[in-house]
Formats: sequence, C-alpha cells, structure tokens
Amino acid sequence: MSEITIQHINKRFGKIQALKDISLSVETGEVFGLVGPDGAGKSTLFNILTTLLVPDSGNVEVMGMDVVKDYLQIRQVIGYLPGVFSLYPDLSVQENLAFFATMYKSSILDNISLIKPIWKQLLPFKKRPAGKLSGGMKQKLALCCALIHKPKLLFLDEPTTGVDPVSRREFWDILKDIQHKGVTVVVSTPYMDEATRCDRIALIQNGEIIKIDTPSNIVSNFRGHLFTMRTNDIFGLMQLMEHFELRCNYYPYGEHFHIAFYDEVEKALPAFEHFMQEHGREHGEILPITPNIEDCFIELIQMK
Amino acid sequence: MQSIVAKDLTKKFGDFIAVNHINFEVEKGEIFGFLGANGAGKTTAIKMMSGLLLPTSGDALIGGYSIKTESKQIKRHIGYMSQRFSLYNDLTVFENMQLFGTVYEIPPKELKQRIYNSLEDLQLLDQKNALVASIPLGWKQKLAFATAILHRPEIVFLDEPTSGVDPIVRREFWKLIYQAAASGITIFVTTHYMDEAEYCHRMSIMSDGCLKLIGTPDELKRQMGVDTIDEVFVKFVKR
Repeated sequence: MSEITIQHINKRFGKIQALKDISLSVETGEVFGLVGPDGAGKSTLFNILTTLLVPDSGNVEVMGMDVVKDYLQIRQVIGYLPGVFSLYPDLSVQENLAFFATMYKSSILDNISLIKPIWKQLLPFKKRPAGKLSGGMKQKLALCCALIHKPKLLFLDEPTTGVDPVSRREFWDILKDIQHKGVTVVVSTPYMDEATRCDRIALIQNGEIIKIDTPSNIVSNFRGHLFTMRTNDIFGLMQLMEHFELRCNYYPYGEHFHIAFYDEVEKALPAFEHFMQEHGREHGEILPITPNIEDCFIELIQMK
Repeated sequence: MQSIVAKDLTKKFGDFIAVNHINFEVEKGEIFGFLGANGAGKTTAIKMMSGLLLPTSGDALIGGYSIKTESKQIKRHIGYMSQRFSLYNDLTVFENMQLFGTVYEIPPKELKQRIYNSLEDLQLLDQKNALVASIPLGWKQKLAFATAILHRPEIVFLDEPTSGVDPIVRREFWKLIYQAAASGITIFVTTHYMDEAEYCHRMSIMSDGCLKLIGTPDELKRQMGVDTIDEVFVKFVKR
C-alpha cells in the first residue's frame, strides 16, 4: 500500500524551477530517503508533502488525502522535523514537549511509549531552556515533539546535516527503531553514505529525480567497470588523466583513486596500466571494487 | 616555516573548558584537517586563531603574529570561509569580490586584475554580473573560496566548506584547495566528510576540548589499527 503518491508535480519560484515533473510513491512502513545536494529541491518537496506549500501543478496524496483540499486532516496525522531548529528556545525541554502534546490534544503521558528511549536521554535536562541545549540534544527534543501525537508518517528534513559521523549513526539507529514501531519515515540527506540505511531512495538533483530504487539495485545497475588504486599526488593525476583516451570516469575517493571504464575491461585495464607507466606514475595494485551509492550518484550525474 | 604555532591554547567559559591546553604546529603550504565531534571545541579554537576571541591562557602565533597582542595584524593575513556565511546574495559576483578586496585594501587596478584572473580560473567570467542569489550552490562555494583568498592570505580557515555540496562539486572544491596550497597558502579545514580527511597532508582529532590525535592520515590509521579515517573517528570518539 502506498502511504504517499506524488504525480507529476511542478513548483517554480520566479525564474527558478525548483521541482520538475516529480512522480514517486512511498510505501507504508518503509524508510524512504531523498538523497541529494543542497538546492536540489528536497525541502520544497517536503514543504509540499507537509501541506505548507501548494504545488503549481500535479497531484499529491498523503495517506489517501489530497495535500491541497485535505490539508487540515493531514496535519493531524503526520509528524514533521524541519531542517531548521523550530522549537521555542525560551521554553524548557519539558514545556516544549507539553506544548506540542497539547496542540494535538494529547498529553506527554498518553504517548510516551513511542519516544521513551529518546526521552530518557533528555530527562536530565528537562528544566533547561531548549535554546541552551547542545546541537544533538536539540535534535532529539525536536524528534520527540514531532512524535508526541503518534503520527503514522514522519518527515525529517536533513536531520543529520552538520552532525559528526558518530552522532549521525546514533540518529539513524533511532530512526530504525521508530520504523519498527510502525511509523513510515521519509527523510532527506546530503550524505550519500546514509542512503544505505534506507529501504528505498530517490536521488535528486536540480529539481529532478534521477533515480528511484533500493540502494542495492542502484549499486547493481552501475554501468561502468569500477576499479580502485592507491597513488600519491591524486590531484596531479586528475590533470594527467585528461590525456587518457578511452571512455572512463575518474575521481579521488579518500586516499584512493577511483576509475570507471566504459569500454571492455580486457582492453581498458592494460591501456590504463600502460598510460601510467608511460608517464612514470607509480601506483599500487589496481583492484576491481563494488561501487557504493556515491559512485553511482557520480555516474548518474555524469551521464545526464 | 610555520604558519600556525599553538602553545597551550586554552579557553574557558565559566567553569567549562572549551579548549584545553592544545599544542600543535602547521607548516606553510600544508593542508591541515581539523576534525572532531560536535561540541568538541573546534569552532572556539578557530575563533581564537582568527583573532575573534581572546584565549584564557596560552597563545598562538598565526603567520608569526600573536593572537593575544596582534589580532588586528592577524585579520589582515588570514582568509575565512564557512558554509553558513560566505557571500552577499544581493550583490553580483563581481561586486562581492570587489567588496572583499576593498576591505583588504587591494589597490583598485590590481584588484580588478585579480578578480578577472580568479573568475577565469573558475570559468565563471561570463557570470560576473549575475546576482550571487541566482547562481547554483556549487558555484557559490567555489566563488566564496576564491574570494577568501583574493588578498593572498598566509592562511585560510575553511569551516565545513563542502557541507551539503554534491559529490562532484566536492571534488572540484578540493582541486581548488590543492591549487591554493601549491601556491603557498596554508589551509586549515574542518569537515564531517571522512573521505575528505584523507585528502589532508596532516590531520587532527579534537575531543572534549583536547587535541587527542595528530598525524598524517596513514599514521593515524596505523596507530589505531584500522583501514579508514571513518573507523579512526568512530573508534576514537566512542572510546
């Protein structure tokens, strides 16, 4: 069953076409990721799904309701964690949560079950003003506030941007726990490595969806033959590679150099080894590797 | 020659020790990565090193100038760029660069030449009269970097310069960093992308106000017995 159905929506702000003919659906119970850089249109799409913005054209149904006509009902049943901190900084942790619970005509005690593990971490700070919490704690409080009315569907707009790798992992563990309690989760992120934590992802760039699939299908649809090697002066090699004639895509990847060949490997690999030798470049062993989502995203952008 | 020498650099806010006796040196032309969990004290340390915040004790020499007594000189000799504030959206590309160049008192003729050269390098010359608001984020970040080094600073501080940028632009940005370092500018950079830490000549990890690890990416991986900087970071912060 589909929790969200989006059909051919467009949104324009002045000269900027923020969303171009977007269609997708989100299934009940899944964690659906919207992965793409800043400015890709992720927040615009979130604002439409959460009934804060009306699309120029196209249809959107959230839990069977129309985002334009039934916006009041939709707001009752969804939770939304916006990309910017939107709690009351001068209310305490407990007051903020109580406020959101009251707004939805419920109380903290009624609905504590869904948020119990996170709320426990916040308890030592319950009298502290929300504005004086650390970044990570603010985020956890915001998540509690978004979940206090037991929504069936939770939207999170870039909850981990600017968050260090360890805290990011913890946050994803929390999201998985929420999913297991029966909540459908739609989450956006600019971090490619987080895509693998989603059941399905949409890769989005310049207002267009360039791929929707499970992370493993996206990886198995990688078209090139991907290899990795170690070498010194990777950025020097980048310039040299402009003179390599076979069809390929290459880029630094941490301490490694990735190269994807688009000709037969039997031909491309020896040609590349010869090229490196000819220019006196030393390198480690050239090994075939399985692409990750970042490799796939790079390939998909380059192909466009 | 050293661009940065930090000696027992310390900052306290009341009882809280944000930066706790950190010591390190950065060589001229080096790309130095400054990593750490949120709240580890990175921003406070950068504010002190850029002359915006006085240390409680200790000192740092930035391009040979003391942050305690010569903060005015320091501001002339450094560049700074962050993800949050970089350029004025309602000025054009050219006007932004002109504004920054004028603040640093680059003579007008010289300034115009540098702006043209810089835009040509970035292949943005045809966009010089476009409002910054109208250009894509990836270009903005590259432009912000070019603007931050227009006055040819000794050191440039980059605070999460690639946050939220797509994977291709991220790599293009690092190409610019390498070019700048090759021309002798010292790069001091923070990032949450662990693959970018690997691009640094040396890197450090801060935790609870202390500088706990410092070395080349390979040294740190060997020291911690793992294969990637991501694992170094996770192992280290969880400890």
